Amino acid sequence: MKKTLTTLALGAAMAAGPAMADLVFPDLSYRTGPYAAGGIPFSDGYNDYFTLLNERDGGIGGVKAKVVECETGYNTEKGVECYESTKGQGALIYQPLSTGITYQLIPKVTADNIPLHTMGYGRTSAANGEVFSHVFNYPANYWNGASGVVNYLLESNGGDISGKKIALVYHNSAYGKEPIRTLEELSKKHGFELVALPVDHPGQEQKSQWLQIRRDRPDYVVMWGWGVMNQVAIQEAANIRFPMENFIGVWWSGAEHDVMPAGDKADGYKAVTFHNVGRDFPVFDDIQKYVVDAGKAAGAGDQVGNVLYNRGMYAAMLAAEAAKTAQEIHGTAEITPAMMRDGMEALVIDEAKMAALGMPNFGPSFNVSCENHGGPGLVGVTQWDAESKTWSLISDFKPSDTEVIGKLIEEDSAAYASENNIEPGCK
Amino acid sequence: MFYREAGDFKVSYADDSQTFPIKFDRYRYYAVLAVAFGLIPFLINDYWANAILLPFLIYSIAAIGLNILVGYCGQVSLGTGGFMAVGAYACYKLMTAFPEVSMFIHVILAGGITALVCVLFGLPSLRIKGFYLAVATLAAQFFLVWLFNRVPWFYNYSASGQINAPERDTFGIIITGPNAPAWATYLFCLIFLAVCALIARNLTRGTVGRTWMAIRDMDIAAEIIGVNPLKAKLTAFAVSGFFIGISGALFFAVYLGAVEVGEAFGIQKSFLVLFMVILGGLGSIFGSFAGAAFLVLLPVVLKVVGVDLMGWPTDIVAHFQLVIVGALIIVFLIAEPHGMAQLWRVAKEKLRLWPFPH
Repeated sequence: MKKTLTTLALGAAMAAGPAMADLVFPDLSYRTGPYAAGGIPFSDGYNDYFTLLNERDGGIGGVKAKVVECETGYNTEKGVECYESTKGQGALIYQPLSTGITYQLIPKVTADNIPLHTMGYGRTSAANGEVFSHVFNYPANYWNGASGVVNYLLESNGGDISGKKIALVYHNSAYGKEPIRTLEELSKKHGFELVALPVDHPGQEQKSQWLQIRRDRPDYVVMWGWGVMNQVAIQEAANIRFPMENFIGVWWSGAEHDVMPAGDKADGYKAVTFHNVGRDFPVFDDIQKYVVDAGKAAGAGDQVGNVLYNRGMYAAMLAAEAAKTAQEIHGTAEITPAMMRDGMEALVIDEAKMAALGMPNFGPSFNVSCENHGGPGLVGVTQWDAESKTWSLISDFKPSDTEVIGKLIEEDSAAYASENNIEPGCK
Repeated sequence: MFYREAGDFKVSYADDSQTFPIKFDRYRYYAVLAVAFGLIPFLINDYWANAILLPFLIYSIAAIGLNILVGYCGQVSLGTGGFMAVGAYACYKLMTAFPEVSMFIHVILAGGITALVCVLFGLPSLRIKGFYLAVATLAAQFFLVWLFNRVPWFYNYSASGQINAPERDTFGIIITGPNAPAWATYLFCLIFLAVCALIARNLTRGTVGRTWMAIRDMDIAAEIIGVNPLKAKLTAFAVSGFFIGISGALFFAVYLGAVEVGEAFGIQKSFLVLFMVILGGLGSIFGSFAGAAFLVLLPVVLKVVGVDLMGWPTDIVAHFQLVIVGALIIVFLIAEPHGMAQLWRVAKEKLRLWPFPH
């Protein structure tokens, strides 16, 4: 009885729903709330890239891409509502840009057989594809980021940072706590001292943390912040005259809007990254021509080339490439979420492909496999120049400490598998 | 016409003092129950369960809990979010410590633990009241969130500090986790809501409720006529905490499945539930339902109308929602301080007299 009713309801939904011909890419964006400063450029980049594909190439493999935007406000409840309301429309992939929403969706997408791509955020141990079958976090995760920071410090100190003091200013949430384990391991390995300073949501109040930094005089400050927290931290660092060269943020703490409010005093601030910055890439000419000049840009259209715009575009590119891969594997242009998952697992990004897409040297080359959903974890470093108001890449994409990270991923994913009765393995 | 009382004779005191003395009202109530228990579980899908019905049911429980404290006993509380967090974390600790025990037991125990915590934070209410008590409970809100973020024991030492609901069942039916069927989660919450509403309604009609209301209306006068303020206030905190704890446990375990304390149980949550009570109607069980339904449905309706039908940008719609909720609170406070429940009551009065207004 129940089954027939469900089938009837499903059938009705299918008949009444939008044409299934489009490839649906939901965009769980946030253009409001304390994290909007980061949410807006990312979402604009994500939308614009699919608009570009539709306008220039006629879609992906001849099928138009359709972006369904849903406002979450970085709020997990709204995120769940957005997920439930869009998944029935044939959503191929979710990229929520929020650690909280990611944690909500990990079990749900696995049960619903829809892939989830959390690029550079989310649950780090999802890199283990044997446990997290539907969750991907290539090309780099937080632990790569933490290790990348330490590697950079090692490099700039001639390979020895023992006895140095590193303060971690972090968002007091699942997101901010993520690197602590790795940094603790690395501090044991390299002999530096780690001081963790939590900042509560949303992060406007950091006086006491920076007072402590001024008193403790750490050699370096590492920041795991997002949204309004970044601007405040950089301003506070400038206020206590902390040398900006020794202040390194994670990739979510290194965009234009984070450093602009502090003006010239932010000059020299650094951040790690897993993709390139600036707009000196051929793809931006196409975006200008087909999207911005055509009046089809998302949002206000003023974010093109910003760090987070690039990241949103990069996320869209990876999704589109995975969709192309899925189309090749299954020999059909109209792919399902399950096929999309196969495409993501077989994704190969190399320099030739990137150059063909108009993004030479935009991001690292990598292969995804069933065992490794996390990619190679190559991390570069960017620096802010306040005078020209530009970010520039000051180091190549270098490998992180896979020895330490691999062990932690193994541990954490094994704990998740045992908690949730998952039998690890590749099907 | 609609609420005809002619021919509806009461022949006993029990008949006269029942919750729904008018026949039409009573049958309507039975009809709602029949639809909720007998029809919706067969029609429900994931979207309706996770996006609309579960939040409505769970917030209704929280609103009833807060309404007992604020609406019936007059003890202003801004600690709802913190107390919901207590329910959620209690439920999480119980779920992980005793995996084989039924979810019903866990949720009820979580409510009990929250009741104890709530009484503890209610103790200052014996000395302070009104605005000052609001600030004291606000401290509870901040302290509890800080505590759950600070002490790793509460989140079982997980690296991220999040709590995740593992798969648990009751009578062999999966209730939590991603594989729980929509109808099971819905019915589970509905049962709790129905029982809570029944308990709340009957408590507020009896001696306990009268002492609460006496304290609310004039605490000194209540003391003079023999109400024990200690007992009245603390029972209100206990009952309120019990309901809020249940709603917190359901919110975490059944609805969201994973929770980050600062984000899910922050000060926003306290305000949201308080707004539900204010908009719905202070001192009314029906008002709690109406307020919860309104604030859960409003964003969804605005989204459907604004984004899906009109094609407006999502951020404009999100901002509109803030403006509309704010404006409604102001309007209600000025025009109808007793909330939607009062509108409903007035409508009912008019319908009973219709078509002969006087």
